[in-house]
Amino acid sequence: MDIKITIVDREGQAHKLEAPTDMAMNLMEVCKAYELPVEGTCGGMAMCASCQCYVLSDHQLQERTPDEEAMLSEAFHVQENSRLGCQIPMEEKLEGLKVELAPE
Amino acid sequence: MIKTDIIIIGAGPTGLFAVFEAGLLKLKCHLIDSLAQPGGQCAEIYPKKPIYDIPSRPEILAGDLVDQLMTQIQPFQPGFTLGETAQDIQKQADGSFIVTTDKGTQHKAPVVAIAGGLGTFEPRKPNLEGLQKWEDKGIDYIIRDPEKYRNQKVLIAGGGDSALDWTIVLAELAQEVTLIHRRNEFRGALDSVEKVQALKDQNKIQLITPAEVTALKGNTQLEAVTVDILGVEANHPVDHFIPLFGLTPKLGPIAHWGLEIEKNAIKVDNSLDYQTNIPGIYAIGDVNTYPGKLKLILCGFHEATLMCQSAYQLINPGKRNTLKYTTVSGITGFDGSRKEAQKSTIKTIE
Repeated sequence: MDIKITIVDREGQAHKLEAPTDMAMNLMEVCKAYELPVEGTCGGMAMCASCQCYVLSDHQLQERTPDEEAMLSEAFHVQENSRLGCQIPMEEKLEGLKVELAPE
Repeated sequence: MIKTDIIIIGAGPTGLFAVFEAGLLKLKCHLIDSLAQPGGQCAEIYPKKPIYDIPSRPEILAGDLVDQLMTQIQPFQPGFTLGETAQDIQKQADGSFIVTTDKGTQHKAPVVAIAGGLGTFEPRKPNLEGLQKWEDKGIDYIIRDPEKYRNQKVLIAGGGDSALDWTIVLAELAQEVTLIHRRNEFRGALDSVEKVQALKDQNKIQLITPAEVTALKGNTQLEAVTVDILGVEANHPVDHFIPLFGLTPKLGPIAHWGLEIEKNAIKVDNSLDYQTNIPGIYAIGDVNTYPGKLKLILCGFHEATLMCQSAYQLINPGKRNTLKYTTVSGITGFDGSRKEAQKSTIKTIE
């Protein structure tokens, strides 16, 4: 089953996307699949922060893992609502999720 | 001037495997890489992470994959220019290319294969006012010679392996070493974390956490940084500020070589041989793009193989060549070594 999510790019434009929940995809991979400017340098290992985003909707996301915490502690432009896209698995409860890509 | 058959820019898995395929065709290779060791991302970013999609290897650590590739290509004696960035390329009248690095090392070959992955790894710089003004005047992102910091006041910022490792090294040399990090937790080898803990306990270093550098001060040279400790700002005099926030890849000088670039990658002809719009220059692995491109190590291996066949024709025009199977022909290295299948014994049973 697909969910609808919104990604606001670095120019402020909102993209409404459909993301599958049965393909073990994370938010970074969804962005790449739609050719949004997310590099995903480390391939999703929470080791580069190139997929950092700000969560704008009030969805209850999975807690940050120690790896994600560590990476965000070294990244730039980090805010309270910062997350690494690669650490957000696509699941049905994220229907309507809205995030904004952090600056590079 | 270093002369070879194929100059390979980028010593990641794809570039390394190209040495093997070229070697089977009796072509010699020389690799250039901006990092100090071969292996590219696999060695620099995630050497201890397992990879699961290398055919026939259910699980292999990225660092081990690099080691195994190095062993596999050893008979073909590749040359290496490491720690230097390929800066400039010039086409010669005879059709060959001269590639010059940022340190001035020159390489000449009839074929250039760009296997540059996501590009050159550059230090990630913190967003601080006046940062550029004091670069090399008190601010360093890369430590080239630790002696430079002897009897100096040094402040290192970061929470990963390089911040820990350099803190340990400089604690012996510098007059004063301060390590500052945004959290109390460090992400590094356990051994390094314990060493830094011991140095702190012995008062050989100063550890400030959770804190960050928020401003820089100085004239021609950097003189002090402002350190924010939980909202309280303090002035911290330094001779050197070394922010170690990891590396980020940038396409770098290759972007200005006249190659057709699309989405930060080099366009190639994938229906044929992964050649770029400049004949004699190929692009293989993550650095290239074509319809349906997948950035996978195994795809890089395939591209390297086809590229070498085309490079052979370019270097030896008109010369017939057939694909050889290593099971039949074995491997003859440039070092005189030879590997081949054992001949079966045929014996009568009476």
